[in-house]
Amino acid sequence: MKVLVLGATSAIAQAAARVWAARGAELFLVGRNSERLGAVADDLRARGGKALTLAQDLNDEKQHEPLIENALQAMGAIDVVLVAQGLLGDPAGRDEDPAAAELILRTNLVAPVRLLTLLAPRMQPGACIAAISSTSGDRGRAQVGVYGASKAGLDSFLSALRQRLSRRGVRVLTVKPGFVHTPMTAQRKKHALYTSPAVIGRGIVRAVDRGRDVVYLPWYWRVILLIVRLIPETVFKRLSF
Amino acid sequence: MLGSWGRYPPPRHVAERPIAWRDEPLPEARPLLAYGQGRSYGDSCLNDGGALVPTAGLDRFISFEGSLLRCESGVTLGEILSLSVPRGFFLPVVPGTRHVSVGGAIANDIHGKNHHRAGTFGRHVRRLELLRSDGRVECAPGDELFAATVGGLGLTGLITWAELELKPIPGSAMRVEAIPFGGLDEFFALSEESDARCEYTVAWLHVVRSRGIFFRGDHAAGAARPPRRGLIVPFSLPLVIDLTTEAFNKTYFTAQKMGPRSRAEHFEKFFFPLDALAGWNRLYGKRGLLQFQCVVPTKEALQALLQEAPSSPLTVLKKFGELQSPGILSFPRPGFTLALDVPNRGAETYALYLRLENIAVEAGGAIYPAKDARMAPKSFARSYPRRGEFERHIDPAFSSSFWRRVAR
Ligand SMILES: Cc1cc2nc3c(=O)[nH]c(=O)nc-3n(C[C@H](O)[C@H](O)[C@H](O)COP(=O)(O)OP(=O)(O)OC[C@H]3O[C@@H](n4cnc5c(N)ncnc54)[C@H](O)[C@@H]3O)c2cc1C
Ligand SMILES: NC(=O)c1ccc[n+]([C@@H]2O[C@H](COP(=O)([O-])OP(=O)(O)OC[C@H]3O[C@@H](n4cnc5c(N)ncnc54)[C@H](OP(=O)(O)O)[C@@H]3O)[C@@H](O)[C@H]2O)c1
Repeated sequence: MKVLVLGATSAIAQAAARVWAARGAELFLVGRNSERLGAVADDLRARGGKALTLAQDLNDEKQHEPLIENALQAMGAIDVVLVAQGLLGDPAGRDEDPAAAELILRTNLVAPVRLLTLLAPRMQPGACIAAISSTSGDRGRAQVGVYGASKAGLDSFLSALRQRLSRRGVRVLTVKPGFVHTPMTAQRKKHALYTSPAVIGRGIVRAVDRGRDVVYLPWYWRVILLIVRLIPETVFKRLSF
Repeated sequence: MLGSWGRYPPPRHVAERPIAWRDEPLPEARPLLAYGQGRSYGDSCLNDGGALVPTAGLDRFISFEGSLLRCESGVTLGEILSLSVPRGFFLPVVPGTRHVSVGGAIANDIHGKNHHRAGTFGRHVRRLELLRSDGRVECAPGDELFAATVGGLGLTGLITWAELELKPIPGSAMRVEAIPFGGLDEFFALSEESDARCEYTVAWLHVVRSRGIFFRGDHAAGAARPPRRGLIVPFSLPLVIDLTTEAFNKTYFTAQKMGPRSRAEHFEKFFFPLDALAGWNRLYGKRGLLQFQCVVPTKEALQALLQEAPSSPLTVLKKFGELQSPGILSFPRPGFTLALDVPNRGAETYALYLRLENIAVEAGGAIYPAKDARMAPKSFARSYPRRGEFERHIDPAFSSSFWRRVAR
């Protein structure tokens, strides 16, 4: 199995990559910090995978085409793409500073859309495009601000892509994790709903194996978000969660 | 909020600053203390008023060549075994749970059922890197800083990675015997005979009736079926421990006695029986539990302790061997080690703990810091006489609730 991981230094991406590595997969890892990318690659090799790395800022749009050529050349074909890079931003900054808001949109929406637009025609029947969105995309909340908007945009794009590619037998998986213990949430106050990246990583691999379209991880977030979406707007606007 | 396994004392740190990469600097908060899997019972993994630095994100393997494994300090022993057992290697020393981190295993210089053969965990560490407030430093056996860090309770800095020497095994199975015995003399005899022959030995004791079961085992060829996991204690259940204690002991005895005498079983069942019940510490309710573990040099002292000890679902007894522990503050030393769980009932429990502590320390023994929440400073001073030598290596940016309590 040949896997392209974008944002490979993400804790969630690492957890999924470990499961694939243990199966002997070949992984092409892209991230922007080359030292940390090296640490991830060493780990995956020790676990039984093959790993190649490419240090690249994924917001650098000029590099998108070369990156994909590079990966295809190295691996021959791609069975699974995992899009994992993401930026939460600090709540104060992104609500007041348009540049901070734009950076979140570029990281979570523009770069993934550009990359997947380029990748889509290169994927073979049976291959899978998996992208990590978030439960935050299901309904805009003050606490997640433009981050939620970026994930809502990504959800919509993935849904369209799924329809478009299903005729060719290319699968598109939308992954919606709840709260996860990762560097992204390191500064946040923790509560009982937080899960480990390992749980999410295993969930992603299972969803890819089973050809799922949209998964909430863990599963109970589907129920929670169903309820959240049902709250009437007149009530919702006064809530503070 | 992160706490310790015994849920006593309750944690009162003011910040949690996780570390996820080896190249990260130390967080700016002071004082700091690394936090592995929180499998220490008392306050050695707590830092009231300061910051804990959880290492769960430092969980990468670095290399695994031959028998040498290099990994980050937050990797758990369970993760290592999942990787190494299929390749025919085992950890040289494992404790009673697989959910401890490499950093925690070094900082408490942990011991296992094979202490008489392998000594402590620290004896098998070949190299490690410390992240200190004045920079990074690698050290190895022979260096003073290494001897301070092994068993150093996290006070000499944050271990970022370590290199361990694993041992080859013939398969994932264990050949195990469970032998019921009555009275301490039988235990001493079984211990003597078994330690000479078997790699792993330990006894479970029913204190009140002074009966027990002696377990001994060796790695064996072939594979056995791994035990089932999945039972979880989801929230605090303030069970009436007196009843549980009796019931637990009885069931345990009957089950064991009915089983075949020598059998093959999966290594997880032999080493980590409690891991099948995730979060079992919650059975002791909100006030938590105290574990008392000490080592005493003589049979007489052991007898005196058992006179004082209450019935407990988990009373574990083992004879430590003669192999020298490598850490300045390592706990294991020749003698008998006894560990028992006591539900926390406040003053009466603390009084019992103090009686046991006094017997052990006066007999020339020591209390295990990884399990301790009560030991008096004078007991610590008496049983860890090399404290002065150790103190020179403490990183001024690090401290712990345990250290502020016992090193006054
Ligand atoms: C069911 C059970 C059975 C057990 N059986 C045994 C046994 O048989 N033998 C035995 O010896 N112990 C045993 N223990 C105790 C356990 O092995 C130790 O407490 C161990 O240190 C726990 O590791 P941890 O990763 O949870 O560390 P923590 O409890 O989180 O921390 C322990 C200490 O290690 C330090 N530390 C952690 N990571 C680092 C790091 N990266 N750098 C520097 N310092 C660090 C902490 O600061 C702290 O001082 C048992 C515990 C349980 C719950
Ligand atoms: N953690 C949660 O609670 C949670 C919940 C729902 C969804 N998610 C989503 O899960 C995904 C993975 O996040 P995580 O939780 O695993 O957090 P993480 O470990 O912080 O991962 C985020 C990764 O994105 C990378 N990245 C950001 N911008 C980049 C860029 N321009 N180019 C290349 N890489 C870039 C970061 O690299 P650097 O290290 O170089 O910055 C980092 O490795 C994200 O899409 C996130 O939105 C997370």
